[in-house]
Parts: sequence; C-alpha cells; structure tokens
Amino acid sequence: MSLDRIRNFSIVAHIDHGKSTLADRILEVTSTLTKREMREQVLDSMELERERGITIKAQAVRVEWKGHQLNLIDTPGHVDFTYEVSRALQACEGALLVVDAAQGIQAQTLANAYLAIENDLEIVPVVNKIDLPSADPDAAAAEVADLIGEEPERVVRISAKTGAGVEDVLDAIVERIPAPAGDPEAPGRALVFDSAYDQYRGVVAFVRVVDGEFRPRERLLAMAQGTTFETEELGFFSPERTPMPTLSAGEVGYVITGLKDVSRLRVGDTLTQDARRAAEPLPGYKDVKPTVFAGLFPTDSDEYPELRDALEKLKLNDASLFYEPETSQALGFGFRCGFLGLLHMEIVRERLEREFDLDLLVTAPNVAYRVTTKAGEEVEVHNPSDFPREVETVAEPYIRATTIVPKEHVGAVMELNNERRGRFDHMEYLSEERVLLTYDLPLGEIVYDYYDQLKSRTKGYASFDYDVVGFRPGELVRVDVMLAGDPVDALSIIVHRDSAYGRGRALVDRLREEIPRQMFDVPVQAAIGSRIIARETIKAKRKDVLAKCYGGDITRKRKLIERQKKGKKRMKQVGTVEVPQEAFLAVLDLNGERR
Amino acid sequence: MSAVGGQVRHLYVHLPFCAHRCGYCDFVTLVGRHGEHGAYVDAVMRELRLEGGILAPRLETIFLGGGTPTFTEAGALEGLLASLPDADEVTVEANPETVTPSLARLLSRNRVNRVSLGAQSFNTSLLAVLERRCRPEDVRRAVHDLRDAGFDNISLDLLYGIPGQSTAELEADVESALALAPEHVSYYELEAKPGTRFTHAHGEELARQADAMEGYFERVVEALVGAGYRWYETANFCLPGREARHNLGYWLGRDYLGVGIGAVSTLGLERRRNAPKLAGYVAALARGLAPPREIETLDEETKRRERLMLGLRLDRPLPLAAVGSAVEPAALSRVERLGLAERRGDGLVLSDRGRFLGDAVTAELMA
Repeated sequence: MSLDRIRNFSIVAHIDHGKSTLADRILEVTSTLTKREMREQVLDSMELERERGITIKAQAVRVEWKGHQLNLIDTPGHVDFTYEVSRALQACEGALLVVDAAQGIQAQTLANAYLAIENDLEIVPVVNKIDLPSADPDAAAAEVADLIGEEPERVVRISAKTGAGVEDVLDAIVERIPAPAGDPEAPGRALVFDSAYDQYRGVVAFVRVVDGEFRPRERLLAMAQGTTFETEELGFFSPERTPMPTLSAGEVGYVITGLKDVSRLRVGDTLTQDARRAAEPLPGYKDVKPTVFAGLFPTDSDEYPELRDALEKLKLNDASLFYEPETSQALGFGFRCGFLGLLHMEIVRERLEREFDLDLLVTAPNVAYRVTTKAGEEVEVHNPSDFPREVETVAEPYIRATTIVPKEHVGAVMELNNERRGRFDHMEYLSEERVLLTYDLPLGEIVYDYYDQLKSRTKGYASFDYDVVGFRPGELVRVDVMLAGDPVDALSIIVHRDSAYGRGRALVDRLREEIPRQMFDVPVQAAIGSRIIARETIKAKRKDVLAKCYGGDITRKRKLIERQKKGKKRMKQVGTVEVPQEAFLAVLDLNGERR
Repeated sequence: MSAVGGQVRHLYVHLPFCAHRCGYCDFVTLVGRHGEHGAYVDAVMRELRLEGGILAPRLETIFLGGGTPTFTEAGALEGLLASLPDADEVTVEANPETVTPSLARLLSRNRVNRVSLGAQSFNTSLLAVLERRCRPEDVRRAVHDLRDAGFDNISLDLLYGIPGQSTAELEADVESALALAPEHVSYYELEAKPGTRFTHAHGEELARQADAMEGYFERVVEALVGAGYRWYETANFCLPGREARHNLGYWLGRDYLGVGIGAVSTLGLERRRNAPKLAGYVAALARGLAPPREIETLDEETKRRERLMLGLRLDRPLPLAAVGSAVEPAALSRVERLGLAERRGDGLVLSDRGRFLGDAVTAELMA
C-alpha cells in the first residue's frame, strides 16, 4: 500500500478511561471483527489484563477504513512500562488521547500526553463516556484542549460503550494524522516496539517498518544487539496473525524470528537486512534497568524448582524481568528480582501465583542504591543485606511525581509528600476544582506504603504518576532486625536516617506480636550497625505442660506431643528461635508493597 | 498376650456411675442408673475372670476410678471389692459428699488402703462454677471419717485455673488442703476440653484470664514443696514414700490391665480401649465374650516415644537407654544448654523450669 494511504496511531489514556473499549469498538465499526467474534478487551489477551482492565503487553492490529490502512498500536498505559509505551509511540504518527468525560484529566493522561508530544505525534483529543449521567463533556473537552493547545471544538466526543462518535474518530485519524514518511527503496529499517514468545515458533517481534521492504526467508540483523536470524514468517494482526509476502515502509506488523530467547531481541532495536544493511539504526534503543527489587521466596521451600521454572517462562515474554538466586537464612532459597516499578512487581507476583500456582513470600521492596564505601569503592546495591555497614556516601533514585487531586485534598497530599522527604516543585490549577501538584520524591519512599496512604488520605480521588529522574545523595542507613542476637536477613531494610527509628520500632513491635513465646526470653532488636534503636522482649513461656496424664490418656497425649513436634518442624529456624511462616508474612505485609 | 501372661501387676477398674455430671468432665460417666449398678459390677467381675490369666499372682496395685466409685450401690461395691485379688496398694476414688463413716468402714474392711478424694476446691463459689455437689466442709468431714476408719494414705485432688479464681483464692485452697495433712496431693490445671458444656460456658473467660493464671502452677509447686511435699510427677506431690504407686506404673511404662467401660489396657505392644456403652458391655460379657473394644498396635519406636513423654514427667532420671532413638541428640544438647534438662548418671531429668515447659521440651527432644 502506498504510504499516503497508511495511518499509524495509538490510543493513550488514564486507567479506566475507556482505551480498550474504544479499541474494541474500532474493530467492530471497521468490520475487522464481527459482532459474534467480539468480546470485551479483544486486544488484552492475558487473564490478568482483562481482569484488571489494564494492558500489559503492546498489541498491534490493522483495520481498513474508507480505503485507508489504519494500524492501531495498543500500549500499556502505566509508568512502569514507559519505555515500551515510548517505543510504541515512536512507531506511530499520531495518538488518540482519551479522557473520561466525568473525571477529566488524570495523572496518566498528562504523562501520556507529554510522551506523545515528545515523540512529535499528532494528538487527536477524545472525550469518552459522554453517555454517563455524571459526564461533563464541555469541562473535560476544555481541560484536554488546554493541555495540548487545541481548540475545544476539535475534541471528538464519543461513547465507546454505545458506539456514538466512533466513526468521527476514524475520520479524524485519516484527516488529521500524517501519513508515514519513509523510503521504500532504501535498505530496510524496522523498529521493534515489542515482542512476545510463541512456544512453538519462538520470539515474535512487533515491528514498524520505516524504510525498505521485508520478506520471509531473509537473514535479518538486530543492529544494537548484533543478533541475526532468518525470518520465518511476517505479516500483520487482524487481530490474529495474518501472513503476508511483504511488509513495507510505513506498515506495522510482526516478524517470526525463530529465536528461542527473548533477551536476544530487545524492544527498541532496529531490524535490517543482513546482506544490505542500513547505515544507521533508528534512534531509541536503550537498555532498560529495573528500579524496584524484592526477594521472592516460595512459602513451601520444596517449591523452589517450580519457582525457578516459572520465572524462566515468564522471562520469555518479559525481557525486562530480572532475577538471580538469593539465599536467605530465614526464608531459604529464592530469587532476588528486579522490576520496572511497583505495578510490574505486582503483575509478576500475581502471574506467578495464578498462572503457576505458587505461594510466594515477597520481601519488602527496595530500590537500587549507589554506594561509595569507606574504601572508595563504588557499588550498586539491590538487596539490603548486601548494603555495606561502613559507607562514605549513598545515592538513591528520585522521581518526579505528578498528582492530580480535588483542591480540598491538596493539603493531605502535601503533608504525605513532606513526610516522605518530598521537595515541592510546583502547583497548578487545572480547573477551579482540580489541582496538579509536582514533587520530587525518593523512589524508595514510594515503594513503602505510599499508594495506600495516598488513597486513604484523599479518599481515593488522587491520581498519581511518576518518572525516574536520576540519583541523588541521601542520608540512608541499613536497619537490621535481630532475634535473640541473630540477624534476620530477610527483614533488613534501607531507610532514611530520620525514619529509621520509627520503622525499626514498627518491625520490632510486629515481630513481638507475631512470634509465639519460646522456651526462653527472646530479645527482638532493631539496630543500625551495632547501635540498638528499638528493643522488645518476647517473654519465655512459663508453662507448657498438660497437668494430667494417666493410663487412659497416653495415646491422646502422645498424639498431642507429636502434633506439637510437627508444628515445630514447620517453623523457620532463625538462630535458636522458631518463627512461624505467618509471622514473616505479617511483618512483610507491614512493609506494604500493595496498592 | 503370652509374652506378658501372668506378669501384669497393675489393675484398673472403672466404675462410671455419678450422681451428676460436672460440666468440665470428659470421663466415661453415667448419671444415676441405680437399677443397673449390680448388673454392671457383675459384668466387670466377668471381664476380670476372662482376662485374669494375664495378671501376676500377686498384684502391686489396684485402682478403682470413675465416675464416682463410691456412688456405686454399697452392695454392688462391696461385692466387687471382695472379689478382687490381693494387692499392695488398693485405691478408691471418692467424692467427699459420698463419704460416710459406714462407707469408710466398708472400704477399710475390704482391703482398700488408699482413698483419693475429689475435693477440687475449698471455695464455695468456685465449686459452684465447677458444678460440684460437695461443700468445703464435706471435704474436711470426709477426711476425718476416713482417718477414723484407719486410713493413713489419703490423696486430695485439687484444681487450679478455675474461671474467676484469684491468686488469693488459689493460695487459700492450697492452705486448706495442707491443713488436712493429706499424704498425697494431685493438683491439676482445669482443662477446658473442646466440645464440653463447660468450655461452651466458660471458654472465653478462661482465654481472657490465661495470662493472669500463667503463674498459678508455679505457686502451687512452691507452696507444696515448701510444706515438705515431693514434686515427684508433673501434677503430683507426696510426703516421703507416699507416691501413688498405681499411677507411677503408668509413668514408668509398665503394663496394666483395665476393666470396665471405657477402660484402657496397655499390654506389651497392644493398647485396648473398651467401648464406652454400658449395654453392649454388659451384653457381651453376659454371653461370655470379650467386651467391644478398639485395639491399637504400638511399635517399638512409639513405645519409646511414650516412655520419653511419660518418663520426663517424673523427678527421677529417665534412663536414656530406655528411650534411645526417640531422642534427637542435637535437641538434647539444646535443652541442656537452655538449662531445661540435665543428665544425671545415665539418665535425663528436667530442671524445674523444664518441668513447667514439659510438653514443649518433650516435643523438642522427640526425634
């Protein structure tokens, strides 16, 4: 197809503003799918995506509209996947920015709009859910027009649910979004904006062809990584894979690579013909680094091999997941995992538990620290138990956090951010009612119970998003927890000096409540180095013996003791102290990795 | 059976009848049933004749437990006592309110030489909580009646941890018991077993006061030991030479024969438990058959574990050779290090603190 008949676009929106419903409706209106084939969130194939109403993996689908080929690239909307989003946006010339008519602009609307603007995309503003009784389409249209510098009349008003206005959206795509530029004659260049793993055919690359033309059976080169492979098949999604003899400049589709390892083809790389190589790769490839780390341990230590296999399988579809074996005295064998963010961590954990039926114990999440030791050595630390006891300086990752909140909750957000060592950047009224707050915050403060706090202090009205902006020095210390003098490695945390006492106290109190009394006094301590900052004692049991035992009781009594013995064997042994699994669960829960 | 034939020296006889069933009781008991006492006792004597071959020619101990053995109709009780073989120690359990001068004489002339009185408490309101029918003065009178009939070996059963019991009330109970100068005291913690009427009524209260009552056992031990009693078993105290020899048989892992409904026997590697139903028991024995019963077969390792569990309740060292592989060596050094147990010669004995934590220590030691 000639370039001027092609339009490549994506849909960006805050969660629940109707992105996937609009995509569904576009497939229906363009007769790509019949009503019978239709189901909700067609493009979100993972169970978790459908259930949570979010998109985790990007998808691309081709539709026909009035003689044009429209390629819709569905992107994950969340900050954790910003890298994937920006690659997907790079594959487009335009974006639909969808805003809920009742809610107006939210934090992810902003983040996504900025990303689209950065990528030079033509933005088509859309106000959705105009059929809702609580909708205020005029206000929402005014907000979104103001955000992107567009006339409010140019905002397309629709109800993706009823289908009203969806054809207008398609017309706007054709009229307003530029056709792709590119040289069909040049050596091939295709941007890999996502990939998936097919258990029979290996890595499937999702690509946007920029220059040239690609065919099956060609030997291709991934320019950044140097990986080569022979294309087994290529084509487009409709939404099933539809093989084609060519994919040419401007088009979006897939390439079956036959590669057996996703890490050999990374998102952002450029494919070219090995025999006729392009001179320059497309811009945009960078190695994504995990920002949040946690230890994952099987609740039942016998399940370690299952956890290892599950992580291997998950990694096939998620190259950004990082893991390495970790051994904890308290929790046994497990893995230290790195994630793109908290949502990513939660998704991985949920997929492991659901798709692989594993029971997991997850340690308190932490961020990466850059430590300079007294000896002048620089190390990056991903695990509190590796944090050197003697440090010269420590730097921690910071984020730029944007929060949109009704004005009556501004004080609550400011208070929370101040407690979390936030530095105020600026504040702006989006409307009379709604305020945008920007803060710089240490990422480490977000991973600890921040979302729950934000939600409860703003009665759920705040929307929040962030970008990692770099490392800054911080007064950070390692707090260790000890039971009867023995450190419990899995409970070590890195915190700011000012909150060390409070966090140490909370851990100690919780452990005292959760650990059953033993046959001896058990001191529970929190310490920074050799300095004890909190201490409690689990008093020894004074009595644990059934008074009566005569001839008729012997069997019953023996069974009781055997049961008591079994109970002991289920405990985790920390030094001399027996700790039930539930105690670890309860204490780790306190560290609030949930949203 | 041949392995133990003619060797068993301890006999237990169960007499289940009671005037009333107390809320906390989980023994096999039957309320009233006056017309059936005679038939039951006949059946017991039949069972004894049926199983008697395994008893040694001279028994060491006989124990008549209940129920309330002294609630059994006097004629039936006397007939039973008269038919029993000779033994060095013959104990009968009695509720204080059932003891009269004539009952005391009946017991005495039938070779009973030890009486275990179910006093439980000397506090009227706590006795009411327990649904006991006796009054504090019944206990004193019973002891005097027994002394008058010549009994020089009397044991008092007492309970601590009764719902609502204060420390002062506990101390008063101990004092009242000591004032009667019993040769032996069994002091039990009230066990609210799941499913009993008592637990239903008082379970929450007991859970609430659990912390406050944690030290009661220590107080009991301290007071009785201070008064010259030997804490020879977890819940039992005696003046010198006055251990309950029958119960000591259980704790030393000896074989014993139990007859009557619900009675348990341990004979070598076999443990039998007679079914608790009166009618089935009487009917089977009337036809000359063994009563309905469950049989549990023990293996050597289980026997060693039981030996460990029971032996550690005593103040005399448990020979380690007798428990062998039932003890985990690493755990042994752990509990020694914690000061919960010590080796004495070839045996193992718990420290005082170890005895208060006896179940936990046993579970720790058990391989």
